Amino acid sequence: MEVLDIIKPENQVFCKTKLMTDCPLSYCPGCGHGTAHNLTMEVIDEMGISEDTIGVAPVGCSVLAYDFMNIDMTQAAHGRAPAVATAIARTWPEKYVFTYQGDGDLAAIGTAETIHACNRGENIVIIFVNNGIYGMTGGQMAPTTLEGMKSSTSPYGRDIETMGAPLKITELIANLPGVNFVSRQSVHTHKHARKAKKAIRKAFENIKMKKGLSFVEIVSNCNSGWKMTPLESNIWMEKNMFPYFPLGDIKVDGKLK
Amino acid sequence: MAKVQGAIVVDTETCKGCEVCMPVCLENVIKMSKEVNRKGYHYAYMDKPEACTGCTNCAIVCPDRALSVYRVKVSA
Repeated sequence: MEVLDIIKPENQVFCKTKLMTDCPLSYCPGCGHGTAHNLTMEVIDEMGISEDTIGVAPVGCSVLAYDFMNIDMTQAAHGRAPAVATAIARTWPEKYVFTYQGDGDLAAIGTAETIHACNRGENIVIIFVNNGIYGMTGGQMAPTTLEGMKSSTSPYGRDIETMGAPLKITELIANLPGVNFVSRQSVHTHKHARKAKKAIRKAFENIKMKKGLSFVEIVSNCNSGWKMTPLESNIWMEKNMFPYFPLGDIKVDGKLK
Repeated sequence: MAKVQGAIVVDTETCKGCEVCMPVCLENVIKMSKEVNRKGYHYAYMDKPEACTGCTNCAIVCPDRALSVYRVKVSA
């Protein structure tokens, strides 16, 4: 069969979701943010809740998420997205509220907001993209930067004695009683992306059942910050990030695994 | 036995040539073109269109969703 005979509207099995705008993504080539954006919007599209979903964009690379996601969005001050989401979710308890944050936003500047929103068990979803670096501002060291990893503010590598160990914020908040579902996923291959989509779907279904806060961490690459090509950075991530940030569900239905 | 045949359509202006789709393609269908788009990126294209099964692996990892996938059943 010729290729042109296959390419017909009735044979289409995959295309970009309508919940992503036509605005070209501002991310570097190969960045996991784009995949994470699209998976989130595909889940919302499949659940048919686009009219009732409100997103909160953070400060960081994904600050322009409101330009890319074709749903109601707002943008919070640096790190304060869980606090803004709390207000929205309490004002409109029937809405689906989610925040989309990076590691510098969620684990450094917004640690207090994150931990207290999780501890109160607000009925929201937090999607946390962890790439171990401050991407937008030029590759500075973040709380999740690995030991020995070079960044523009740790040019000789992160030294545990003076800079502390990388922060496992996901394990930290999994211990809080208000949190219902905690999972750590990745999006660099098809298998990981499909698992991540299932985790995001479960998180949004938890909002429907008013189970409490759901937290999905996505371990991502930052090829510009790490000074690698996208494929090299994905291999480096598998080799170095995954041993310290192991993938899988950490808390399901309020029970630690 | 029913066999499937697939095809991908690349939005060449959206593709940023990150090559993330290449290793996930089990049939090694995708390659990067020598030509560049308006932004200066090499874009993906089907090098072996007859081998594509329309599995959507490439599309689900594409950060920019530059790929749309088509699939038909053909009787062998």
